[in-house]
Amino acid sequence: MMAAIAGCLVSAAAVAAPAPVFKSQAIELPADAAAFPDGPNVKVVTQNCLACHSADMVLDQPLLPRATWAAEVTKMRNVYKAPVSDADAALIVDYLAATHSPP
Amino acid sequence: MSAPSRRAMLVQAGSMLALASAPGLAATGPEFPFPGGNGARPLAKDFPQKGNMVLQRSRPPLLETPFTDFDSGVFTPNEKFFVRWHWSVIPTEIDPAAYRLKVRGQVERELSLSLSELAGFERVEIAAVNQCSGNSRGFFEPRVPGAQWGNGGMGNARWSGVRLRDVLDKAGVKSGAVAARFSGLDQPTVSEGPWFRKSLTIDHARQPEVIIATAMNGKPLPMLNGYPIRLVVPGWYSTYWIKTLNDIELLDAPDDNYWMKTAYLIPDTPRADIKPGQAGVTMVPINRMVPRSFITNLGAGAKLKARSNAAIRGLAMGGDCGVAKVEVSADGGQSWSDAKLGRDEGPYSFRQWTAKIRVPDAGDATLLVRCTNTKGEAQPDKANWNPSGFMRNVVERLPVTVI
Repeated sequence: MMAAIAGCLVSAAAVAAPAPVFKSQAIELPADAAAFPDGPNVKVVTQNCLACHSADMVLDQPLLPRATWAAEVTKMRNVYKAPVSDADAALIVDYLAATHSPP
Repeated sequence: MSAPSRRAMLVQAGSMLALASAPGLAATGPEFPFPGGNGARPLAKDFPQKGNMVLQRSRPPLLETPFTDFDSGVFTPNEKFFVRWHWSVIPTEIDPAAYRLKVRGQVERELSLSLSELAGFERVEIAAVNQCSGNSRGFFEPRVPGAQWGNGGMGNARWSGVRLRDVLDKAGVKSGAVAARFSGLDQPTVSEGPWFRKSLTIDHARQPEVIIATAMNGKPLPMLNGYPIRLVVPGWYSTYWIKTLNDIELLDAPDDNYWMKTAYLIPDTPRADIKPGQAGVTMVPINRMVPRSFITNLGAGAKLKARSNAAIRGLAMGGDCGVAKVEVSADGGQSWSDAKLGRDEGPYSFRQWTAKIRVPDAGDATLLVRCTNTKGEAQPDKANWNPSGFMRNVVERLPVTVI
């Protein structure tokens, strides 16, 4: 089933490079660049979805049919364990279908 | 490092407060010509240690290399290298003195290596393309959900570090070990969520090209690309290149964790190609990469002078082996001519190419570029399709205007 492991028998070449120097690092990440636009239940969407990801993850998607959005919300709950209630999940699907589905 | 101190190093990446107009966004970014639209993206300029990047998602960060940057050379600058994280809890502080890489499971002796101990192994270097499984997903038709990448979810670097095999040998792999599972410092946002972990068969893990990189293009990895160390699996998609690698577990059975068994699967068909809705398809973990090539010195809609000779150039990759041939066409694919290949940086690297084309008569024209790898595998004329949007490698078509 699986393709051959490596196409070429090429080893990483030994080098006389100096040992790496590791320094302490700290970074600060920017705030989310986008918010959910108005639509039915936008408050519920904002309260639930932004816990794990920014709004642009949704807004950048193609227009998807309601059934696909419903499957995405189910995946967020069942696979990624997003603590979204049944009632809120239905409201979220309504928002996505209303604002981001093909006409 | 102890669990509490490790936990303290992690923060919820970014702020949950979305700003109506974010200060870190440059005015304009690309508008990808995705089928059905919605391809406009801003440029982000405020991600740490990164230059201007196409913003696909703020949190967890998903940053694409602006395509014009690929014209600067065969290696992608660290500050322009694409970024992709699965969970929003990602490391934002690294204390190298406290950092440890554990090797455990089916081994003779468990290891907990400091970074200086890791640097004591033989140092090696390899040039390799790192490409997201879903690079170019936005061009799938019909469209599929997921990160809506243009073609910039890839990059090429000279990775230096130590062989994974040497580290495994130090631990002593037991005869019952069948797979090596890798994980890093990123954590599920919800504690019950599946940790991001990926596995290679033990045979693959012991291949001499698989390394633990301590540097990228001669410099430390950017934090968002996995500082201080990441796994490098030349020829295979980026999903296996675990960032901030801190745990290697040798397993005595194939890995059945979510990210191997359910996610990142492709149809077990040529080019991972099926019809939408096709049933009864066997799915397997995504694995080796396939050939691709791109024109980098011209963008869509570039203006060329009719009946002139034009110089074009770009990048090609063989996938999991070298580039044998790059061909270009200036007449929509009716006739092809060979491009000249640039310096060979190794089979897993990008290869730069240059070509002279005869520009046709005035009007709309399409430039094509096609790579054939050293196994004789050429890019196809027709795009593949699968429900996850993986492994796109159709011949690229660049529309230009001849005046």
